[in-house]
Amino acid sequence: MRVLALETSTEYCSVALWQDGNITSRCELAGQKHSEVLVEMLDELLCGEDVKLAQVDGIAFGMGPGSFTGVRIACGVAQGLALGANLPVVGVCTLQALAQASGRDRVIAALDARMAEVYHAAYERRGETWVTVCEPGLCLPQAAPQVAGSGWFGAGSGFAAHGAALGERYARQLTGSDAQAVPQASAIASLAVSRFAAGQGVDAALAMPLYLRDRVALKTSERDGR
Amino acid sequence: MKLILGIESSCDETGVALYHSERGLLAHVLHTQVAMHSEYGGVVPELASRDHIRHVLPLIRAVAQKAGCQLQDVDAIAYTQGPGLSGALLVGASIACALAYALDVPAIGIHHLEGHLLSPLLSDPAPEFPFVALLVSGGHTQLMRVDGVGQYTLLGETLDDAAGEAFDKSAKLLGLSYPGGPELAKLAARGQPWRFKLPRPMLHSGDLDFSFSGLKTAVLTLTRQHTLDEQGLDEQTRADIAHAVQEAIVEVLVDKSLLALKQTGLKQLVVAGGVGANQRLRTQLDQAAGRRGFRVFYPDLEFCTDNGAMIAFAAALRLQQQEARRDYRFNVKPRWDLQQINYTS
Repeated sequence: MRVLALETSTEYCSVALWQDGNITSRCELAGQKHSEVLVEMLDELLCGEDVKLAQVDGIAFGMGPGSFTGVRIACGVAQGLALGANLPVVGVCTLQALAQASGRDRVIAALDARMAEVYHAAYERRGETWVTVCEPGLCLPQAAPQVAGSGWFGAGSGFAAHGAALGERYARQLTGSDAQAVPQASAIASLAVSRFAAGQGVDAALAMPLYLRDRVALKTSERDGR
Repeated sequence: MKLILGIESSCDETGVALYHSERGLLAHVLHTQVAMHSEYGGVVPELASRDHIRHVLPLIRAVAQKAGCQLQDVDAIAYTQGPGLSGALLVGASIACALAYALDVPAIGIHHLEGHLLSPLLSDPAPEFPFVALLVSGGHTQLMRVDGVGQYTLLGETLDDAAGEAFDKSAKLLGLSYPGGPELAKLAARGQPWRFKLPRPMLHSGDLDFSFSGLKTAVLTLTRQHTLDEQGLDEQTRADIAHAVQEAIVEVLVDKSLLALKQTGLKQLVVAGGVGANQRLRTQLDQAAGRRGFRVFYPDLEFCTDNGAMIAFAAALRLQQQEARRDYRFNVKPRWDLQQINYTS
């Protein structure tokens, strides 16, 4: 099986090709220029592996949470590729990608969501699969959902922006953290493989971002009510 | 380059169309977000982007089915590259470029206003180059001299609010729901012409520039005065104010268009953009055309507002003149001067 993955939810832009257990990937610091480099990176990756898009079995993308514009770029490109090449799509949560890449078994993933909040989730590895201990959510770091037991590892930019608050919240439960970790296409690809194998790939038009923050403006009625 | 798929997502309408260089417009479909934004009193850019990404793919499939085409038949994919809301533009651009890459066909970014000003060429009878174009919408008010595809000279433009914005903002002050422009025009029909006279900014400035921001201040003053009156801001007063607003905007648009025709010596005027659907503007321009001996061309009503057909059509005309490229970088241009896209040749 071959899975092509893309990830643009942070200032990094990454692409990866999973081929029967072997992963080739590319990653670069794109700032806000993902749109100018993403398709070219995909093309270089495929050409380098001598693989045509039609020989891929599915498209995976980092669905968020993360930069709204960023996750929409990955989603839009995934939609376009999948529609044109008639392929199924799998959207992978960026928080789970952090867990996957950490190499740990118990992971609290947190991404800086700005406005004093974090995108948060907790995962535990059982054999080959991940169990979601805390569903992805948006919260204040000091009010992040509790987890049971110890041996947890923190991953993601949330630990850079709110290290103290999260450290206090999970005092004695955290064994360490990697605040520099970013969601990457290689992790997205490996997480998507089992879902494609299980027939969970969806039609291109159903590939959607995961924003988590849904209140982005006040309705006229809500403004008047204040 | 015969069959072009066009995608428009610059603001609050998602439009997709298929244009064939020999068979003409095969099909076009549109999803409007107006109802969603009306709850917020205006376009919320983030919500616009979120809505576009839900609708572009279903619309692509719908338009292909309507036209009886397969996506594999498409020769090039066009998308609105700007100006507009950057997040909204990026949705159309990312899908268009990735789809073009997957189908191994060129992708081409189109200037939104070029789409609008060429859209009357989709109608029959169509104007012939050269002509003067009045572009009036919620985001733009410009007079352009058009000598050919890619040969545009700016004659004048608004220094502040767009004409459509002046309609919408005045409508809001009159308590009409967003987008108020068309509502205001309806209300104006019941207005008494003698009651109020609003300023016509820059009417005698001698140049072809516009200014509409003072108008909403004048409307605000009027509505306040009458709200304090004994009888309050009654229905008739609101209709009278609406009438005065429409007259002021239309008179300035008509006068400046006539001046543009006079200055350029051209005999054809093309009106494009959402405000081009305003019936009062059309009546006044048609009357002036009869008196002065010029012709006015309007796009069909369905192409006055944003749509995918104008993007596919503009791309088809462009691709007759320029080389199609398999370049899938898709930077968008939220601010983009139309004159910058002129051909150097």
